[in-house]
Parts: sequence; C-alpha cells; structure tokens
Amino acid sequence: MESIVQALAGIVGKPYVSASAEERYFYGRDPGLMPAHAPDYVVLPRSVEEIQAIVRLAGREKIPLVPMGAGMSLSGLVIPQRGGIVLDMKRMDGILKVNEAARYAVVEGGTSTGKLHAHLNRYYPRLRFSTPDSPAAATVAANVMIHGQGRLTQQQGFNSDMVSGLEVVLPSGELCRIGSCALSDDWFSKGPPLPDLSGLFLGWFGATGILTKVGIKLYPRKKMRDVEIFITDSPDFVPGILYELTHTEMAEDINIFAQPLPLIFSGNHHIVIYFTGDSAEEMEFKKRTLFHALDGFIKSKDGGFMTVGEGMKKTLLDMPQRSATTFADVTKGGGFEYSGPIVPIDRYPQCSRKLDELAVKYDLKYHATARIIDKGHAMMFAFSFTFNRADADMLNRTRMALSEASEYALSIGGLFWKPTLDEQRIALEKMDPQTARLMKRIKEELDPQGIMNPGNWEGI
Amino acid sequence: MYQLKFDEKRCLACPDGACLVQCQYLKYEADPARKEMVKIFRGEDSPVLQDCVTCYACEEYCKRGNHPFYLINERRENKGILTAPRAITRQWIHIGEPKGKYELGRIGKIALSFGFMPQLKEITKGRLFDDVMPSYFFGQEFFCNVVYIHFANTKVFKERLPVVIENIHKLGVEEVVFLHDECYAAFTSLAPAYGMEVPFKSVHYFEYLYNRLTALKDLIRPLNVKVVYQRPCSNRLCGDSHLFVRKIMDRIGATLVQRTYQDETALCCGSIFRAMYGYDLMADVQGRNLEDMAQSGAEYCIFNCHGCMNALSPLVAARGMTPLHLIDLCRMAIGETPEGGR
Repeated sequence: MESIVQALAGIVGKPYVSASAEERYFYGRDPGLMPAHAPDYVVLPRSVEEIQAIVRLAGREKIPLVPMGAGMSLSGLVIPQRGGIVLDMKRMDGILKVNEAARYAVVEGGTSTGKLHAHLNRYYPRLRFSTPDSPAAATVAANVMIHGQGRLTQQQGFNSDMVSGLEVVLPSGELCRIGSCALSDDWFSKGPPLPDLSGLFLGWFGATGILTKVGIKLYPRKKMRDVEIFITDSPDFVPGILYELTHTEMAEDINIFAQPLPLIFSGNHHIVIYFTGDSAEEMEFKKRTLFHALDGFIKSKDGGFMTVGEGMKKTLLDMPQRSATTFADVTKGGGFEYSGPIVPIDRYPQCSRKLDELAVKYDLKYHATARIIDKGHAMMFAFSFTFNRADADMLNRTRMALSEASEYALSIGGLFWKPTLDEQRIALEKMDPQTARLMKRIKEELDPQGIMNPGNWEGI
Repeated sequence: MYQLKFDEKRCLACPDGACLVQCQYLKYEADPARKEMVKIFRGEDSPVLQDCVTCYACEEYCKRGNHPFYLINERRENKGILTAPRAITRQWIHIGEPKGKYELGRIGKIALSFGFMPQLKEITKGRLFDDVMPSYFFGQEFFCNVVYIHFANTKVFKERLPVVIENIHKLGVEEVVFLHDECYAAFTSLAPAYGMEVPFKSVHYFEYLYNRLTALKDLIRPLNVKVVYQRPCSNRLCGDSHLFVRKIMDRIGATLVQRTYQDETALCCGSIFRAMYGYDLMADVQGRNLEDMAQSGAEYCIFNCHGCMNALSPLVAARGMTPLHLIDLCRMAIGETPEGGR
C-alpha cells in the first residue's frame, strides 16, 4: 500500500495523494442514498500526462480506478465499489479556449459548470452554455458524462448532445481525441461527418476512459429573460399543453413541478415556461405566442397562467436554480434524492400518479419535477423525496420508494437516468441481448482488465 | 348559510340599467340591460353570466344600492359557470386558507389591517403611521376572502368571512384601518350585503391618510408633480373611498391629470384577466390603459393595490413613468424617503 502511495506521489507530488482515513471516508460516499465504500487512495492530478501515468500504474497493479468530478450524481456513480484509486479531477479546472465565432469552449476535465458560467458572463456576455441546475461545483465533464440536462435542454437536447469534442485517456493510458479535434485544433463537432465515437465514452461513467478535455457548444445569450407559469389541475392535460408549447418553438426551457407543500402549490401541476429575447418587442411576441398556444385550455377552464410575483420570478430566473435546496430540507435532516428516469412526455400522467401513490405508501414528502428534452421528444421526470438522514426508517422507506419508482418508469417504457448499479443491472437485463453484448464487447475491448470504475455497466 | 340581500323591486324600477350600460366590457343599451338583469335575478340564463369579466364596476354603477355583481356571482355559482380555470381558483382558495401563522403587533383600540399582503407592512412606515403602529394584524386569519368573487365562488367567503370577523373582534379593537380595498369592502359592502354583522368600525386607509396629512400639514412640501392613478377593481366595492384620492393629491400638491380611464371609467390592471381569459383581453386593456397614461404626460403612476402594481409597474416604467404606491407618494410629501421612492 505504501509503495502505491509513493508511486502516486511520484507522479502528482505528495500533497496531492492521500490514503488517510478521513480522506477515504469522504471519498467513499456521495450525498445520495447509496451505501458507502471507501477507496484505498485518493489522487488529484494536474495534467493529462499525470493522468496517463496514474492509469498505467493502475493497469500495471490491477487497481480499480474511479474518475470523479464533484461527486454529485446522488446515485453513487463515483463511489469506489471495489476500492482502489479515486482520481479527483478538480485541479484540472482550466478554460482552455473559447471560440466566439464558432460558439464553443474547450475546458479541462475538472472544470466546474460554475466556473464556465462565470467566465462566459464576464468575458463573453453574448454566449452561454446549457447550465445545469446542479450546484455550481458540478463539473462540465461529469455533467455530459451522465447525460445531464440544463437550461438549453428543451431547445438543444441533453447536455451531452452539445459536446463538440472530447479528449480521453483510455484505460491503456493512451490519449485519444474524439471529433473534429482529432484532425485539427478546431473543436466544432464531436463526430459528424465522421463516425461519432463519443458514444464510446459518454454515459459510461468513466468505465471506458477518463475525459481530460471537453469541447462544449455555446449558444446565443439574449439580453432579456422572463418566465410564465401555466397551471392545470389534472396531469392528464400536461402532455397536450407541452405539445402546444413546444410547437411554438418560442420557449427557452420548460420545466414542470407539482408538490403538496406549501399549500399554494397543492393539487396543481405547474408548467414553468422560460423565454428570452433581445428586445421588448421580441419578448412580447414570444409571450403572446406562448399564451395563444394554450388558448384552448384556458377557454375550457382546464388551465390558466398564474400570477408570478416579483419574489418568485427572481427565484425562478436564478441560474442555476436553487429552490431545490429549499425543498431538500423540508423534513429537516438534509436528505434529498430523486429517481429521474427519461420518459416520453405522454407518460407524465402515469408518473405523476405513481409519485402520489409512492408518497402515501411510504409516508414521504415528495416533489415532482420534470424537464422537457429537445422540444418534447422526452422528459426527465424526477420522483424526488426529502428525508432526515438521522432517521434510519425514513432512509429505508426512501430507498424503497426510489427503487419502486425506477422499476415503474422502466415498466412504462422509460430509461434510467444516471442509474445506480442496481438500475444498470436491471437495464442490461431488460435491453435487447444483442445490444447488451455489444456494450460488453466495447467495455472488454477498451478496458480488458476491468479496472475502470468497476461495477458500472457490468453484469452481462 | 348567508343569503344575498338583493332588492328585486328596486331593480325592476331601475330607469337606466346603469350596471350593464356603463360596463366597459359588455355592450348593452338601457332596455336590454334591464331585461338581462331581470332574467338574472329570476334565475334564468343570460349571456351576462357567460361574458362578465368580473371587473366589479357594476357595484359602483348601480346608484340604487343594489348589488348587481354579487347577484351575477351567485347565479354563476348556482349554474356552475366557471369564470376562472379550475387550477387558478384552487390556487387562490389555498392561498387564503388559515394556517395558524398570523402575525400580531401590539394591538390597541385602533389597528391596521394588512390582510394577507406582506408588502403592506413594508410601506406603512414613517410619521404617517406613528400614531397607530405597531398596532397591526396580518395573516390568513384576517384575510377578507373577497377575491373569491372573481371566481364565482361565494361558498369560501361565506364560510371564512364570519370567522375573520370574529378573529378581528377577539383582538378587542374598536376601529380597523384597512390598507387594502378588498378588506375594507369585505366589512362595509360584502358582509352587510349578506347580513353579516361587523362589530368594529371600518376605516379606509385613504381617509386615515387624509386625516394624518391634515394633522401633519406643516410638514408637507407640495410635490408639484403630475400623477395618474391606477384604480383597482376592488375599489369599485367601496366607491365612497375613491373621493379621497383627489383630496389627498390636492393636499400633497400633486396634480391628478385628466385622462380617459379614470374614476368610473377606470380600467382593470389586467392581472385577473390574464389568469382567467389569457392574453388578448389583458393586452387590450393594459395597452389602452398604458397609452392613456402615457398621453396624459404624468410623471408618476400611483397605485393603491399591490396586485395592480405587480402587473403594471414594469410596463409603466417602460413608458417613462415612475410606479409608486400612494402611501409612498404621501411620505415623499412630508420629506420622507420611502423605499419605492428612491
């Protein structure tokens, strides 16, 4: 053990290696409900070359290696299931390039979404990226790795769809560039018109390689941004409302929330519609178009636009949105987790009713949120629960509720988002056997020793 | 259950059908107007029951002391005619539901009512209120519940208003100064119309302000500004208080400029229209109203209701006028610098 510590220290320097109990404790868990498992070592590299050396060391010694961003998936994706080395990317937090004309940025593998957000605000006020609603410490690389979503997901798809190139350290220690950057210094495409190899890495949670650089597409940032909320008393109307709204192509982002508390929100479904513009005229045109899209629902009294007060508007327009943190402590005790499957938007009523049922069955406080993906091709529906970490019974009830929610989502045609190990296993069992075999062959080809984030996408 | 006191004979003898003839959202001549009202009080169908936008103004237009809007409201409820989307009504019912989280100041014989509008607590500062503050109450337990008449839902206020009256009575106050029209109208118009007894004196804050400004007249420095006033829907339920607006403006040296949509012809802020009917009615009413304000050459747009203020402030500001609550303007006149006046 000591020799591994020394070897790692030889690569990154002594201050950036640890095998101490407190570090191992910290790196052995995430804020969610997955069981903890401590790593044997923690290492914080500062360069691609250091990462390559660490990977080669891990391969040579057959030590598991878990690349980690901010560790905020809540589903245990960077909990080192078989110990080994946690490779914390946070020191590699540079913003390497912003190509304003071609609208993309290249960041290092540990760069936080908050840092990129602040950098663009300061130096490129006409550009933005799809800011996720996770805490600002979440990294760009981890966010695209888990197919995260953000403020532009309604318009542009998953945040991983907005990747414009990757640099990856393979499990062999070799360095590989994916996309246009494989041929030139330009990072404008992650694949097309070449074969798109980004799928060998995105969604694999580090089981096939370590993202050391990410090209991310940037988009026009308008001068004005506003929000309206349409409410309806039945989940059955929600898919139709979403269909009409997305048809307008006027919304920047569309979220939905439903929750029993505070009472003002009880019994209704709130469709939160963001829109942007560069002038008052553009904003008014978009607002009018969005309102008119829902005239039928207003006329039949099935829904209406609620008044959004100044305080609420300010909260909603915040980026990232922090209101989830308020909900996270409703029961006191700081526990919050959700199962957020990706489902077609017509499954909203089923998911909503299932959440009501689970909350009653397991006696939990709940919050439903959904984010529309890519103009309505799908939505992320979050079955969210808040719990007291000091209450073992409540923890257990929450686990059972989340598990049941996930299984239900799969049964109605949904896909797990950032699945836990159990969910990955269930997904592999359910998917077309040939697809599962292809995944296995990819994994074995890239990581024949099985050292990369072991436990993930295994089991076939 | 409480019954509306509506005098059918008085309505039958009406010479002009003013309630509908003067309506700014429906088009009726005198004869058809009278006929429709007769149909309504007889419980028959009438297009008015479908088309009324709940601006409340007919309560003021009727000079014979009847309650045309309350009657329309009753009939709509009986016939199950929804004015607002169900979700909007549900949300509002939840907003007003007592939760035991009310707030009391040091209650004296006179107290200010903030209803359930937290903004009111923020503006009742300075010398204008130092003879009564900190005697106040706030919370759903003291919320008038008048808003439900927008939603053709009389059940809620029939259940809640007597409890609110009792809650206020239990405080031991003799006189309540209401900071919001709806609350004042609840006790001076709605409650009497339904036969509910009110065991305290209700004072509109306009009257209170006017009296305070009179008492503090030595402090007043005429503002010499031109203002327009956005009259809220709920002020139609207590039209007597409206006379104080001009008196207050005169007192502080502000000129209430002449415009088309003021006094009896005032237009709604559009807030309730957007929730109930969507974009077009809201945009039409707001557009006409704002254009009229802008044409008047006013420097300030003075608000009485925070609902109106929330709906119109950005639009007013975009046209170069400063949106301000009436209380804040009065505070400026006595040399104070209110938050909204900075």
